[in-house]
Amino acid sequence: MPFYVSPEQVMKDKADYARKRIAQIRSGVVIACDAGILFVAPNPSRALRKFSEMYDRIAFAAVGRYNEFETLRKAGVRYADMTGFQYDRRDVTARGLADWYAQLLGSLFTDSSKPYEVEIVVAEVGQTADADQIYRNMFDGSVAEEHGFVVMGGQADKVAAVLKERYAPGLSLTEAMGLAIAALASQGDGSAEPVTGSQLEAALLERSRPHRAFRRLTGARLDALLAESHIAGATGAAPGGEETGGGETDAEKPGGGSPNAASNGASGEAGDVAPGEPGNGGDDAAGG
Amino acid sequence: MAGSEMEGRAVGGFEPRARWQASAFLAAGSSSFTDFLTMAAPELLPSAMHGDNLAPSARAGGGAGAAADLPHGTTIVTAVCQGGAVMAGDRRATSGNVISQRDIEKVFRSDEYSCVGIAGVAGIGVDMVRLFSVELEHYEKLEGRSLSLEGKANRLAGLVRSNLGGAMQGLVAVPLLAGYDEETGRARIFSFDVAGGKYEERRFAMIGSGSVFARGALKKLYRDEMTVQQVVLALIQALYDAAEDDSATGGPDIARRIYPAVATVTADGFERLADEEVGRYVEAVVAERMLRPDGPAAPLEPAAS
Repeated sequence: MPFYVSPEQVMKDKADYARKRIAQIRSGVVIACDAGILFVAPNPSRALRKFSEMYDRIAFAAVGRYNEFETLRKAGVRYADMTGFQYDRRDVTARGLADWYAQLLGSLFTDSSKPYEVEIVVAEVGQTADADQIYRNMFDGSVAEEHGFVVMGGQADKVAAVLKERYAPGLSLTEAMGLAIAALASQGDGSAEPVTGSQLEAALLERSRPHRAFRRLTGARLDALLAESHIAGATGAAPGGEETGGGETDAEKPGGGSPNAASNGASGEAGDVAPGEPGNGGDDAAGG
Repeated sequence: MAGSEMEGRAVGGFEPRARWQASAFLAAGSSSFTDFLTMAAPELLPSAMHGDNLAPSARAGGGAGAAADLPHGTTIVTAVCQGGAVMAGDRRATSGNVISQRDIEKVFRSDEYSCVGIAGVAGIGVDMVRLFSVELEHYEKLEGRSLSLEGKANRLAGLVRSNLGGAMQGLVAVPLLAGYDEETGRARIFSFDVAGGKYEERRFAMIGSGSVFARGALKKLYRDEMTVQQVVLALIQALYDAAEDDSATGGPDIARRIYPAVATVTADGFERLADEEVGRYVEAVVAERMLRPDGPAAPLEPAAS
């Protein structure tokens, strides 16, 4: 057993571990549209949430290990409420939160023996689409500003490819939802299973809401939105779920995609664009 | 190790204070914002105002003298109606014999289904309501559900209790809470005393220096199951009577269009009535008073039904 391990090796091991774990997670997407900022991810659980309200016009989205990102979420809520209380509600910004998370995750990455297996997005909806802000925080403390859309979690290549091809600024909410479903359906083996509201978690930072913009899209409203987006099975008559179990830590077997997809958030879109099927959006639309 | 240096001591003046360290935010604690502040930043609490932080003159000269120089808030009334509750407050703040503000707000939205009015020292009361609002929202964000109305009332009682030291030195601030209970579909109102006692009132309640006069008026005007509009009118009448007899309560200022603050909590949530709407009620009341200055006469014999 070695007494000495070089710091380089320690860091590399930690980073590899975190990247590998995150790559096994099913992806979620964040899409900016005209109605605000939409969050969609597969999530069969109704109690354990990936998307949450952080402040008036700020939302928190995370993938990874549930207890870890829950801890981070609660810490962020405390920080936001404390800042808003001490100064004013308008003085709490997504940028400030993203900076704070970067510091927090960075020191956690360095100091603890196991890095947090999480990927976090902090988003703030502006009064106009130009003012929307989306930040992505990685497990190692790096932070990147994103525009238009973000793919979180593993297999980001395929999902990002769909979004890159079909995203445009100024999408309506139904278009954005349709795009999200199509993109998410391209994960795994790419088989296009019709998606129902009960398998999804969806939320929206609604631009036009006066006080608290965050709204969960559930129940009838989600079903209606899915139906409008021409997704089959919105009435709930879906052929049973094909994914395994869907536990909250999302330790899925990675389907044919590349392992280290979403970890380098330095540039705009997530990961490299992989060649190959851009997505099975067509199948979904026809499934109705 | 770097950690020990940063704990609690200001080294060179630019070290982040220990309480802003990550551990304070990450520590698995309660969902109470007040508890969190108590641990991480106690100086932000309203109750931090008394004790060592008081000005020497206030400590030496006795509480009542100090309190007289700080703006006081004055009459808040609330009553249950069909499908909700209404709360109304006057707009005057006094410091001794001086009117320190003509249009102060004393009725606040604490969350979507509740509102709080404050009487007493305005500075402390406003801080208390602000903290209470954040407390409610904090719980909701952390837990994923809103507090029950009973829970909200208990938390507010706790906040009042924590100010007991200040209250005994004359810095009294006492709230009145009206909330819509989504489970039962009815509104409930709670009054409090400075020791943090919580009292649920069935029909109406009032606080402040003018509350005794408002009570006398509302006793005669109130009936069960009135509509929202009827209760708004009754509360405005009650405030008008309170203003006539209590110098610290302000009546409607027609010239400046400063009217009582009126808010409703119903199944549709909290709504602060717009000045134009309150103005219409006020003008109706004033027009009646021109004919009978004491206000609506209550029949001496009980009505047949």
